[in-house]
Amino acid sequence: MSEVIDPRSVDRPNSYIGKSVPRPNAAKLVEGRGQFVDDMILPRMAHVAFVRSPHPHAKIVKIDVAEALEVPGVLRVFTGADLAPHCDPWVATLAHLKGMKSAPQLPLPLERATWVGEAVAAVVAESRALAEDAAAKVAVTYAPLPAAVEMETALDASTPVIHPDLGDNLCFQRVNEAGKVDDAFAAAHRVVEATFHSGRHTGLTLEPRSILADYNRASGKLTVYHATQAPHMMQGVFAKHMRLPEGDVRVICTDVGGSYGIKVHVYPDEMAVAVIAKMMARPVKFIADRLESFASDIHARDHRIKGRMAVDAEGRITAIDIDDLTGIGPYSVYPRTSAVEGNQVVNLVGGPYDFANYRAKTTVVLQNKTPTCQYRAVGHPIATAVTEGLVDLAADAVGLDPVEFRRRNLMKDGTYPRTSPAGMKFEGLSHEKSLDTLLAMIGYEGLRAEQQRLRGQGIHRGIGFASFIELTNPSPFMYGIGGARISAQDGCTVRIDPDGSVMAATGVTEQGQGTEAIIRQIVAEAVGVAIDQVRVITGDTLTTPYGGGTWACRGAGIGGEAALQAGMAVKEATLKVAGAMLQATPDTLDLVSGEIVERRSGQARMPLAELARIVYFRGDTLPPDLPRELMQTRHFITKEYPFAFTNGVQACWLEVDVDTGIVTLLKHWCVEDCGRIINPLLVDEQVRGGIVQGLGGALYEHCTYSPEGQLLVGSMADYLVPMAAEMPDIEVGHVETPTKESLLGAKGAGEAGTAGAPAAVMNAINDALKPFDARVFAQPFTPERILAALGKVPSRWPAPVRSGASPARTEASAATAAPSLNLPREPGLLTRLFGRKGG
Amino acid sequence: MSTHIAGMGVDVSLTVNGERVTRRVEARRHLIDFLRLDLGLMGLHTGCEHGVCGACTVRVDGRIVRGCLVLAAALDGATVETIEGVSDSGEIRDLQEAFIARNACQCGFCTPAMLIAAADLLAAKPQPTRAEIREHLAGNYCRCTGYHAIVDAVEATARRRNGGAP
Repeated sequence: MSEVIDPRSVDRPNSYIGKSVPRPNAAKLVEGRGQFVDDMILPRMAHVAFVRSPHPHAKIVKIDVAEALEVPGVLRVFTGADLAPHCDPWVATLAHLKGMKSAPQLPLPLERATWVGEAVAAVVAESRALAEDAAAKVAVTYAPLPAAVEMETALDASTPVIHPDLGDNLCFQRVNEAGKVDDAFAAAHRVVEATFHSGRHTGLTLEPRSILADYNRASGKLTVYHATQAPHMMQGVFAKHMRLPEGDVRVICTDVGGSYGIKVHVYPDEMAVAVIAKMMARPVKFIADRLESFASDIHARDHRIKGRMAVDAEGRITAIDIDDLTGIGPYSVYPRTSAVEGNQVVNLVGGPYDFANYRAKTTVVLQNKTPTCQYRAVGHPIATAVTEGLVDLAADAVGLDPVEFRRRNLMKDGTYPRTSPAGMKFEGLSHEKSLDTLLAMIGYEGLRAEQQRLRGQGIHRGIGFASFIELTNPSPFMYGIGGARISAQDGCTVRIDPDGSVMAATGVTEQGQGTEAIIRQIVAEAVGVAIDQVRVITGDTLTTPYGGGTWACRGAGIGGEAALQAGMAVKEATLKVAGAMLQATPDTLDLVSGEIVERRSGQARMPLAELARIVYFRGDTLPPDLPRELMQTRHFITKEYPFAFTNGVQACWLEVDVDTGIVTLLKHWCVEDCGRIINPLLVDEQVRGGIVQGLGGALYEHCTYSPEGQLLVGSMADYLVPMAAEMPDIEVGHVETPTKESLLGAKGAGEAGTAGAPAAVMNAINDALKPFDARVFAQPFTPERILAALGKVPSRWPAPVRSGASPARTEASAATAAPSLNLPREPGLLTRLFGRKGG
Repeated sequence: MSTHIAGMGVDVSLTVNGERVTRRVEARRHLIDFLRLDLGLMGLHTGCEHGVCGACTVRVDGRIVRGCLVLAAALDGATVETIEGVSDSGEIRDLQEAFIARNACQCGFCTPAMLIAAADLLAAKPQPTRAEIREHLAGNYCRCTGYHAIVDAVEATARRRNGGAP
């Protein structure tokens, strides 16, 4: 078909792209009729409970399972040695991250436990409760070893090397440098600097990690019902490490209760479940409980960044120099690796701004804490907080309003394509237009006037801005070139069924973003049928085209384009058949709302259902040579750019109680440019949800550890998450700069909110504290840290290292292990719960 | 009805979604596990099992409780209503439609319990403010939406029930 769909035209028939269409899968979810992995019950299904290490680092001397096996209903108990012969180890490195190293990892360790919460034995029983009863009777004898806890000292000679074969605790180091950084700093009008901390977070999906694996020994098939974002990747992982043909492994995602990157990784305990299912040849289920989730879901964002920025007398940024340090736990996580977050930081700092001299170093170290890996907006919130924190310091140093400073330094609209000093290629961004749109939304001058007025009454409000870029639609440059079997391409199959309805099977997956909704919109429009005539199949390796799944904001941009192309191909094939049946040339016909019509007059000629009936049941009546291919598959991969960058800007309006240190969020705004918007209703809620996830990290969330390496957060009463009462209303605006890489023009929208929110909060708090000459740079911005910056409580951290800008009280050098006052400290919690008998 | 403790279990007889059920339960069996594992009512979920996330919010004798903090053995004679019950009866149809229309439900794991909590508010307070909605739902964790759309959907339902435009 020669016709090209123009998604900008809104009055075309079946025009669904760009409209707020509700999600087709929401109806079952609001009635509790979804199907999550834990809702599934299979015949002879057994349950797993894990025995987990109470020690950050310990030799496993002996595991005595005799007493556990006596518990009625217990079927088997497995140790690392039992599983190892059935599963090949993995090492999570990527070849393009030069020099990266990590150690081999197995489903359960053989000799040593290396973090609090690492599974060391698996109990299989007829119910989860019985499995837990028996797990308490597994007697593990540990010989505790010295632990490497603090990332700051991980490379010191006195710190134990976690994996002696690696030589040291260094996983990866990279310096990304452009221009003449030292010269620029030497020539600077002003230099500002600060040390930033991003607290260790975890994703806290409400549905915990869930897996139900079933092995049929007679057929040799492994079927895994898995709460995962990447079923095809997991199919390959199970096949490779369990030595099964890929075709004998089927991974099915039913409904997935939130993911945010947490469910895109290979977890050793989940591998153990698959191996156990194969060994026992029966279905085996594991659902992590919340304590296990805190200790074994990936953590993220544990970074310390020293940053400085040079500016000239006109308030133009001339150089940025950052030194990032991150601790990732004892193993890099398979197969994406745990070096990518640090790598993203050195790629993204300074991203929105036009400057030439850049140096960013990341040092990724191993330590005896829960492994970290990619979590929503990987590296972005860290890079944005550092950049925007320095921008506000610089604006202050040269006496400019933060908005004016940004205007002078943001990359100008209309100057694309261009490459950032960090080496990122930008096809087309809209920083200036986004800022203009934002300022119109917030009423900036009014807010400043209100701030001024309230200060007189002792009420301290602040407004903070954060411009950001976001990496979406990743190409193989992200993982594939490093040797990881992670697909950057994706596919969609579209089929006309005999009743004229349409089936679309896609390789991208649904965890609540609305993937099924947008695929349905796109396919309905591309084929030319009413939207309720399209049903979408996702999350099944047996029935969907091979693809990467949903992560890194690729569902709409990659999966959506494949769906558009497949839908257009089906329409073209359909009109060929219609042409033969109606004795017309296909070009003179169209398919609109499920009817074959004359293109020019719009006159109806034949229902699609009638055409399909004849094709499927009376093919004898058609010309023998006529192709009747009413099912088409198309794949899409980006080609010109390694990533489709998006951009945006956020503003936060909040109040700081300078007596208690408590922050009250009043309002939050975001303008973001994700290219073509397929469904505004879904995009806005992705942005809002992402913002709140960023606000949580900025104000509350923190995986704290004792100096000995004991995890101090084991419940949702310890690890605080944003709830409805603390969160503000959030206004979302848009600028649309479609990517030219695809006909659809869509980029990703899921991570922009998280990328910018912490920086906006930090800048707003510091704006509110301006009369006190106090600043905070360590997330989460707890009442204690704010009061310490105000000098009202003693700082529990070393004095900050700052120069250049006006001196200010700050808690910028907050030690990473220091728990904040609002978190209960209960070092024995996990020891009590994990350190069952023999601990 | 009296409670008999016999052998390993406790005999209970209660009404769940209008149906009489009689079971022998372990003394340690929580209501949410009783509903999910013994009765097959999978609509409400287990999120934290320590009373913070609210994913197991269920109505007992007309009041909402955490299914993970109530023992099934204590519910002899009680009336329990789950998301399945209030969906089948049509009691919260308008609220559910508002959640769909406003995209106040993303992954859907928190949603059934969130709806039960929201229905509880609207029953007690037909015209809540946004702040009151946020306060009442503050015991139900949602990681996907950021809550704004949920507040909108509850507000719109209240308006519609009061004869206003959505």
